[in-house]
Amino acid sequence: MSYEKQTPSQTVGPFFSYGLTPQQYDYDYSDLATGDLVADGIQGEAINLIGTIYNGDGQELRHAIIESWQADSMGRYAKMGLMETFSGFARVGTGRGEDPRYRIRTVKPGRVDQRQAPHIALTLFSRGLMHHVYTRLYFSDEEEANEKDPLLQRLPAHRRQTLIAKRVEAENVIFYQFDIHMQGNQETVFLEF
Amino acid sequence: MESFTPKDSDSHPPLIHPPYKSSITRSPTEEPIIVPQTITELTGPKFNPSILPEDSYDLTNNSRNSGEPIGERLIVAGRVLDENGVPISGVMVEIWQANSAGKYTDREDQHHAAVDPNFLGAGRTITDEDGWYRFITIRPGAYPWGNHANAWRPHHIHFSILGKNIMTRLVTQMYFEGDPLLPFDPIYNAAPDDARTRLIAAFSLDLTEQGFALGYRWDIVIRGPKATPFED
Repeated sequence: MSYEKQTPSQTVGPFFSYGLTPQQYDYDYSDLATGDLVADGIQGEAINLIGTIYNGDGQELRHAIIESWQADSMGRYAKMGLMETFSGFARVGTGRGEDPRYRIRTVKPGRVDQRQAPHIALTLFSRGLMHHVYTRLYFSDEEEANEKDPLLQRLPAHRRQTLIAKRVEAENVIFYQFDIHMQGNQETVFLEF
Repeated sequence: MESFTPKDSDSHPPLIHPPYKSSITRSPTEEPIIVPQTITELTGPKFNPSILPEDSYDLTNNSRNSGEPIGERLIVAGRVLDENGVPISGVMVEIWQANSAGKYTDREDQHHAAVDPNFLGAGRTITDEDGWYRFITIRPGAYPWGNHANAWRPHHIHFSILGKNIMTRLVTQMYFEGDPLLPFDPIYNAAPDDARTRLIAAFSLDLTEQGFALGYRWDIVIRGPKATPFED
């Protein structure tokens, strides 16, 4: 077997909208994935992940895109064939409006094993970012599970809270607010595996 | 579950690369936290080829309104491999690019150049059992941008790769052999010296089709299974 070297990453650039998230940005092209994973018959608690991404100057990122990957409410990851029910994969841009932010409608995931607290994997791409970055979203109302989560416990205490999304209920809609700070004293914890 | 090879930092650009100005405030300053691979990272979305329209790999045909797009037809093809050289089937490959005038379909593109009503500039395909992808497209034009005085992006095609799991994710750009703009481009040159030429597609007479289109070959290497399985 030959030994090959990885192809270098390059930035997603500013103009991904019509290729990666066409429907969200109103282009006449099909979506591979959307920001809405809740369809009829999906079990679990419907929730909305919402957040703003900030650069080192505190400005909101407009040319950014988030992919999320999660288990269903029973803690199961989708396999081929399960995709028709719950894909677990969302992709959204931060939009072009006055208030650029991402929003994903999904269900709260169950525990995927006995050790890890419920979580959603996030992958972030942006103009100005030469390689995507990974992070994880945990839930503020899972305090007990979070206390025992091996990944969270590995982090310095002062940075742990950057991975905890805050639950807010408004008019029977459940939001989890999860802002991402690329730099600064609130810099989000980014992960490598 | 088997584990996957790590991100090879010798192959990828540093996150902050000052000649590319927007990297300075948009990239993390802290080192990433290295954590074990769990079922979350070892899984990822899978796509059934039947979800793609038949012509989604053909950008000269997938968005026509009144006729053929303007420009030089190209065939861009290659294999997706892991670091052991093993071809990977079932990989979702998405591309997007400027048209032949160097204009993107994105409404935010302010370059004063012609929109082509018959060219969206986006396509998708899934690698076959031998790891091959193949697109038919139009040679993208060079694109001016504001990073520095008289800055022009080299001719390039954006690629998005969704492999076996979320760790094998790759978003990158493919460039063309012999492009005189390459030495001046801070994004291309952010990739390490020994690695950046791996972003360049080579002209291929084998892929060229008589009377139809020039062929370019570009293989893509992503993270793959470690040679020895680990014990949980």
